[in-house]
Amino acid sequence: MKALVGVKWVLDFSVKVRLKSDGTGADLAGARMSMNPFDEIALEQAIRLKESGAVDEIIVVSVGPRPAADILRRALAMGADRAVLVRSDAPVEPLGVAKALKSLVERDGASLVLLGKQAIDDDNNQTGQMLAALLGWPQATYAAELLVEGDVATVICESDDGLETVRLTLPAVVTADLRLNTPRHISLPNIMKAKNKPLEEIAPETLNVDLRPRLRVLRTDEPAKRRAGVMVASVDELLDRLRGEAKVI
Amino acid sequence: MSILVLADHAAGALQPSTARVVAAARQMGGDVVLLVAGQNCAAVAREASAIDGVARVLLADADALAHQLPEQLAALIVELAPGYDAILGSAGLVAKRCLPRVAALLDVMQVSEIIAVLAPDTFRRPTYAGNAIETVQSTDPKRVVTVRTTAFAPAGAGASAPIETISPGPSGDTRSSFVGRSSTGSDRIELGSARRVVSGGRGLGSRESFDKLVYPLADKLQAAVGASRAAVDAGYVPSDCQVGQTGKVVAPELYLALGISGAIQHLAGMQDSKVIVAINKDPDAPIFSIADYGLAQDLFEAVPELIAKIG
Repeated sequence: MKALVGVKWVLDFSVKVRLKSDGTGADLAGARMSMNPFDEIALEQAIRLKESGAVDEIIVVSVGPRPAADILRRALAMGADRAVLVRSDAPVEPLGVAKALKSLVERDGASLVLLGKQAIDDDNNQTGQMLAALLGWPQATYAAELLVEGDVATVICESDDGLETVRLTLPAVVTADLRLNTPRHISLPNIMKAKNKPLEEIAPETLNVDLRPRLRVLRTDEPAKRRAGVMVASVDELLDRLRGEAKVI
Repeated sequence: MSILVLADHAAGALQPSTARVVAAARQMGGDVVLLVAGQNCAAVAREASAIDGVARVLLADADALAHQLPEQLAALIVELAPGYDAILGSAGLVAKRCLPRVAALLDVMQVSEIIAVLAPDTFRRPTYAGNAIETVQSTDPKRVVTVRTTAFAPAGAGASAPIETISPGPSGDTRSSFVGRSSTGSDRIELGSARRVVSGGRGLGSRESFDKLVYPLADKLQAAVGASRAAVDAGYVPSDCQVGQTGKVVAPELYLALGISGAIQHLAGMQDSKVIVAINKDPDAPIFSIADYGLAQDLFEAVPELIAKIG
């Protein structure tokens, strides 16, 4: 069975975003960029499925500008078999990405798609669900555990008050949550081997996909600043202030 | 204009988030129609019909909707969609896994987790873990929107809208089936809507410390219990306690962060709290930069003292 994994090139999770002062968006010039952490978890899961024999080929895909090829090479070094960059220099939205991924799923015959549950830049949490709908496939989101046996996937999903287990008949889309696994480190031999794995760059037009955004971003601003707080010297002072000033106790 | 709002319900009761989504819908204008979809949820529909500003409640009650699985629910909403200009839901589990399917099937983009309505087609939403607020305008003919309910005061109660029974939609897709559910089954106050939250981090060091310090303090304050990712990963508390960019987003009147350093991803989940208190023995912990009151003291000393001194 072929698995397709979607990965997004995003600002590294440890970096606090800088915004342009004219309100036109994030200032990413010179910023450290990485694979979206949830996508890395999705990829790690695909690799484990390949190691256990449930999957025989992993195709990793990113929709983004040329520098996004960096995370594809990293994905190949982790253990994906081949990579596709759908080149887009303009920002992309989940709807457009879902359409591009659908096109590749159909082109390459994947029966399992693994994605991170959300990208840590736009925090949309939509792509996996949209892709499943466009393909007419069942979905399991926020996966904390994934078991694949034959054409059945059993997924334990994070819910609002605990966990929920669903059973899916493949083909299906699964989105990864934080605790699904801990991604492996990349070894030097694997980085070398990865240089020989195919990395294909294609234009969205080749897939007959329109990536133009439907949402117009009018402005990007910092959140309202909180007024500065104070350090208190003791529990007594804390309680005094919480009761007297803040009146929350 | 007509807006369809997907009601949140569980265990036969309407959830408080629904009244907040209705409030957001009312800011967009037009008629607000509530959809209650599930199994044995007639009582939910009755509760929903009391929300101010609701024109009508649609009740889709069927075994196929028992677990509110996204494939079935999305198919039902898509069937109803032609009558509405916008479809809204909260950012809770049922809506967030279902509404993007609806948006894709309608070929429109979804606007996720709005925190403000500026116009029927223009919203503000948080990105980059709440550090970049985007003002976005939808250019689609229909809008699909999820609402960050902490940003909207709930619509009142006291109305009495008519309830209309409708069919549950196209027959079930059996390729997705519900196997089971495990709740951490607490009688504790629900984290998402609590007025006060006591949250513990890695600094607690063990599940026992959580049990000895965090829960008793929460009980004293009639607060819900939250946690940082580090505390959940270390096994001190169940994952549904996690507050953060990808956990629960809360905005209580009082948020007490104990032994939490204050990573970007944690702040994203609580920085809109009215009053933030942090107790951490490291005076340089980032959490102090957003705390209203900071106590740089060992929590193993401070928290027992706090518990003893609260009335």
